[in-house]
Amino acid sequence: MLLFSFMLVLAACSKKDNPTPDFQEENLAPLSVEFDNIVGERTLTFDNTGSPYKNAAGEPFTVSRIQYFISNLKVTTAAGNTYTVNPDSSYFLIKGDDKATRFAKVKVPEGDYTNLTFTLGVDSLRSTMPIDKRTGVLDPAAGGGMEDGGMYWGWNGGYIFFKFEGNSAVISDNVNGDPTGKKQMKYHIGFFGGYSAPTLNNIKVINVDLRTAGIAKVRKDRQSNIHLFVDLMKVFNGKNAFKIAEKPNVMFDDFSAKIAANFPEMFRHDHTEN
Amino acid sequence: MNKKHWIVLCLSGLFILACKKDNPIKEEIEQFLGFRKPANFPEPVYNLANNPVTKEGFELGRALFYEPRLSRNNTITCGSCHIQSSAFTQHGHDVSHGIDDRLGTRNSPPIMNLAWNKAFMWGGGVYDLDLQPITPITTHEEMDENLENVLNKIRALPKYTAMFKGAFGTEEVTTARFMKALSQFMLMCVSSNSKYDKVMRKEAGAAFTTDEQAGYVLFKDKCASCHSEPLFTDGSFRNNGLGISTINDKGLYGATLIETDKYKFKVPSLRNLQYTAPYMHDGRFLSLAGVLEYYHSEVQATPNLDPVLNQNGKLGIALKEDQKAKLTAFLNTLNDTEFINNKMLSEQ
Repeated sequence: MLLFSFMLVLAACSKKDNPTPDFQEENLAPLSVEFDNIVGERTLTFDNTGSPYKNAAGEPFTVSRIQYFISNLKVTTAAGNTYTVNPDSSYFLIKGDDKATRFAKVKVPEGDYTNLTFTLGVDSLRSTMPIDKRTGVLDPAAGGGMEDGGMYWGWNGGYIFFKFEGNSAVISDNVNGDPTGKKQMKYHIGFFGGYSAPTLNNIKVINVDLRTAGIAKVRKDRQSNIHLFVDLMKVFNGKNAFKIAEKPNVMFDDFSAKIAANFPEMFRHDHTEN
Repeated sequence: MNKKHWIVLCLSGLFILACKKDNPIKEEIEQFLGFRKPANFPEPVYNLANNPVTKEGFELGRALFYEPRLSRNNTITCGSCHIQSSAFTQHGHDVSHGIDDRLGTRNSPPIMNLAWNKAFMWGGGVYDLDLQPITPITTHEEMDENLENVLNKIRALPKYTAMFKGAFGTEEVTTARFMKALSQFMLMCVSSNSKYDKVMRKEAGAAFTTDEQAGYVLFKDKCASCHSEPLFTDGSFRNNGLGISTINDKGLYGATLIETDKYKFKVPSLRNLQYTAPYMHDGRFLSLAGVLEYYHSEVQATPNLDPVLNQNGKLGIALKEDQKAKLTAFLNTLNDTEFINNKMLSEQ
């Protein structure tokens, strides 16, 4: 009973000490957004050939690589105060096989945030910037070549926003599938809208309402973490559902726009750790 | 300050200038003039303010241009497909011949007057000289290497440590520095001393012959709408009506996926044609005579054919034999022997 009362007092104290702070742009505190890759009702495991995933069309598949750019984070409070993270520290490459990269760590003013906005991809401004500005994850040398983790399309001067690779038994061994016989599927989705004339624009701005699963209470003395699920199954099962057998390779192709239209459906707010 | 002070100050200033003239460092700097816009050229497109050409930066860029470590198995340099004596093209090859004897699908374009280029590659896609080298380095048929490996190989060589320090202040090898150094070398590959240039700049004794002059008049009438002076290209992408190749290279469309860009290729400069055969994006014509006959009688109405090549239902550019001869005489005034022999641009 004594312990219980003590805890009550503690709880009361902490509540009192922790009201919603005034929104001040200079009063920055840490916030992270976690991109937790899942596949439908299952966690993500690479190359799980013993128990492949299955899309809505009934096609079995495994995942060998998933990586994508998250950029231009922006948060909004219930009162409508919006803070945009400095673009120089607002580009993140989330790599499924490197757990350390699953967080986009930023600094935002102390406050209670009800809304999160970010871009899946690299905006056109950054995609056309001088080489000096292309550092860190945007360095064209980062990640090695196209066969590895490289995300820069040299011949098109732009970035791959979303690189998703795997295998499926439904893929044919001819030129319409994978002539190497390895049954590989490759989805390299990019295209920022063009330099001089408008081209495809597959940049997706994602908006997440945090009110249902938990607002982010950002304070200096703690680490608020917005935990998102990223459901890779939606690549196939989103509003533009398609069959792997029919489109096992989509890179520089008009069909990329159809797949990109499925991207916003992948992101789901699971909870927030405050 | 009175008049006397001013005189003393001026005299001492003169004395300092006199001293400087004897200074060997100043003479050395004077030998490297940096990037200079030829008097008859427009302002460059490249943003030189963001990458001023220095002697050290240029020399580093030159070393990298001729560095085989840019390729996967250290066999191919930029200079392998861009040979100076061929105005930095790969003479005798219709399409470029790269690593492991692999063949590309397009003809090596010249490294020439790139400071005035707003887009790169025959089929576009690259719009910044500082990003262009990534394409040949990573292309399977060219150098087949990745940039990360290249930078690691460069970092491991003591020669480059000093060169990067000289060019950029510290030894650090970054993507931006590597690219900017290569750009500095390529920016200095300026071809502007052909007979044509000397005539245009009214340099002593320079004058067209009667045939050259007649060819110049024909050129302005029949060719200049795309190959505009003084660069002899307007930098645009156009379909000049070439028969569609067996590999169905769709040109600019490959970079934009815009239907109206199908079969458009970058308008090449007409400078240094004597050294840059074969011609067109796939090197299909071995001689200038072949090209002129093509425009006269072989242009095809493929999708997006440029309207200037389809006037009043007539395809191509009508050219009589004597007109071809005069045009050829004029085009030969665009050859720049100083450019292909400039030791500063050669492998050292």
